[in-house]
Amino acid sequence: MTDLTRLTLTDARDGLKAKQFSATELAKAHIAAVEQARALNAYVLETPEHALKQAAASDEKLAKGEAGPLEGLPLGIKDLFATKGVRTTACSKILGNFVPAYESTVSSQLWRDGAVMLGKLNNDEFAMGSSNESSAFGPVVNPWRRKGSNVGLGSNVGAGAAGAIEGNHLVPGGSSGGSAAAVAAHLCLAATATDTGGSIRQPAAFTGAVGIKPTYGRCSRWGIVAFASSLDQAGPIGKTVRDCAVMLRSMAGHDPKDTTSVDRAVPDYEASVGRSVKGMKIGIPREYRLEGLNAEIDALWQQGIDWLKAAGAEIVEISLPHAKYALPAYYIVAPAEASSNLARYDGVRYGLREQGRDIVEMYEKTRAAGFGAEVRRRIMIGTYVLSSGYYDAYYLRAQKVRTLIKRDFEAVYDQGIDAVLTPATPSAAFGIGEKGSADPVEMYLNDVFTVTVNMAGLPGIAVPAGLDSQGLPLGLQLIGRPFDEETLFSLGQVIEEAAGHFPVTERWWA
Amino acid sequence: MSVDAATVKRVAHLSRIAVDDADVPKLQGELNAILGFVELLNEVDVTGVEPMTSVTPMVMKKRQDIVTDGEIADEIVANAPASEDDYFMVPKVIE
Repeated sequence: MTDLTRLTLTDARDGLKAKQFSATELAKAHIAAVEQARALNAYVLETPEHALKQAAASDEKLAKGEAGPLEGLPLGIKDLFATKGVRTTACSKILGNFVPAYESTVSSQLWRDGAVMLGKLNNDEFAMGSSNESSAFGPVVNPWRRKGSNVGLGSNVGAGAAGAIEGNHLVPGGSSGGSAAAVAAHLCLAATATDTGGSIRQPAAFTGAVGIKPTYGRCSRWGIVAFASSLDQAGPIGKTVRDCAVMLRSMAGHDPKDTTSVDRAVPDYEASVGRSVKGMKIGIPREYRLEGLNAEIDALWQQGIDWLKAAGAEIVEISLPHAKYALPAYYIVAPAEASSNLARYDGVRYGLREQGRDIVEMYEKTRAAGFGAEVRRRIMIGTYVLSSGYYDAYYLRAQKVRTLIKRDFEAVYDQGIDAVLTPATPSAAFGIGEKGSADPVEMYLNDVFTVTVNMAGLPGIAVPAGLDSQGLPLGLQLIGRPFDEETLFSLGQVIEEAAGHFPVTERWWA
Repeated sequence: MSVDAATVKRVAHLSRIAVDDADVPKLQGELNAILGFVELLNEVDVTGVEPMTSVTPMVMKKRQDIVTDGEIADEIVANAPASEDDYFMVPKVIE
C-alpha cells in the first residue's frame, strides 16, 4: 500500500470518499509517522487515542454518507490554540500544564467539519520569534538539510527529546515552526498556524510548504493565546495551495465571541484554485528591492513575475513608500500589545507560581521564571513604549505610521492592482543558533517582507517557488486586497503549477 | 533615545519581572538595540495623520446586556496554582 502520509489533504479527502482507505488507516499511518519523527521536535503533545477515536467516528460518518468537508483528515494544531481537555501551553513554561475548559473557535470548526487531531505543534514561545528557537520545549528541526549535508545521521538521532539531534540543523522558521515542519515532513495533512508578523508565511517558505495569513477579522481569534491582538490572525499551512483553500474555508467565519471577527460570508475558496488570472494586474513594489538583497531571492522574484506574465497577468511597478517603516513600527506596536496581553500571567489564575514574600514579589518571580528571554524582552519594550512620557513618541507615532502603511496599499489597490508580488523571506532557512544571539534585531529582519501585511491587516500567501544553490526551498509572497483571499489562491496556484512541488524526499530522521 | 541601567530596572519592575543586577547590562544592550532600530520612525512626517485604531473598519458589535453563562466556578479555578472553595489563593495582601 502506498504511504498515506504522502497524500495531499485534498487527495486524502477524495480517497476516503472513494473508500480506497479508511479514516482509521489514515490516522494510524500518521500516528506512526509522528512517533518516528520525534527527533524533529515538531509535536509538543501527541494525542493518538484522541485521533483514533475521532477517526472511528469519521469512518461511521463516511459509511453513512454524512462526511463533513474535512472528514477523517488528520491535522496538527499549533499549541497556541486552546483545545478542550488537551494541554495548551503556547510553548511557555508559564502555562505549564494548562488544560483549557474550552475549545478555540477555529479548531472547533475543524472538528465540526470532521477533522482529526494528531496533537499539538511546537511554536516560538507565545508566537514570538522567527525560528522556533524560543519555545520552552526546545527548537524544531527543519526536515530540510543543505545539499550534501548528512547531519542527523548519528547514533543519537531519534532519541526523542529536544536537543537529541546532532549537528548543525536548520530552523524551520517561526513562530509556526512546528506546523511547517510537520507539514513538510508528512506528519499531518495540514496544520493550523497563526501569523502576527510573518509566523505563517516565513516558516512555510523555509520548509517548501504553502501558508496563508487571511485578512484581519477573517478568522476568529477567540481561544487563541493572544500575542498582539491587532495583528494576530489564524490561517493554515498545507502541502498545496488547494489544501490551504480547503482548510481556510473551515477555519474562517464570523464569531460573535470575537468583536474583530467580520460578519461576512465565507466563499468556497477551493473554487478559486485554477481560476484564470488573465488580465489581473500584479504590483511589484520597488521599495522591496532592498539594498543588498540576496541575488537568488531577486532571481526567484523575477521568475515569479515571468510565470504570472505567462499566465496572462499584467505586471505593474508600484510604490509603497512607507514599507521600510513597517518593521520598526511593528516592534513598537506588537510588544506594546503583548505587554498588555501577557499581564494576565500573574501566577494566580493559572500556570506557574513562584513563591514570594508578598504578592508583588510573587508576580515578579513567577514572571521571571515563567517567561523566556525573548518574551521578557518584548514585555519590557512594550512596557517602556507605553510608559508615561514615552507613549506619544513611540506608540502613537507607530500607530500613525501604520495608517500611512495602510494608505500606501489602498492607493495601489485604487489604481486597479489585484495583488502584490514579493519574496516571502530575505533568505532560505538558517542554522539553529546562527542568528539573533548578539542582537535581537538580526532575527527580526526575517520578517521584513511579511510584516507590512499584518500592519495593514491584509491577506498574504507564501508559495514555494524554487530551491536555492544549497538545495533549500524559497517562497514567494502574494498580498491581496482585504477579504480577497480568492485572488491569492488563483495566483498562488499559477506559481505552484509553474514551480512544481518541493517535497522532502528523504526521511532521514526516521 | 536609549535607556540607562536605572530605567531598565524601573521598566522591569513595571513589567513585574524580577531581574538580577548582573543581568541588567545585557538587557540594557538588547533594549537599546531595539530602541535604536525603531528610531527610524523619527524620519517619517506624521503631521495630521490619524493613528490607526481599527484594522478593519467596522461598526462595534454589541450584544444584549444579559448573563450568558456562569455557574462554572470549578472550571475557572481548575488551573489555578492554589485555590480553596472556588477562590484563588494569593499571598497575604493586607496586614
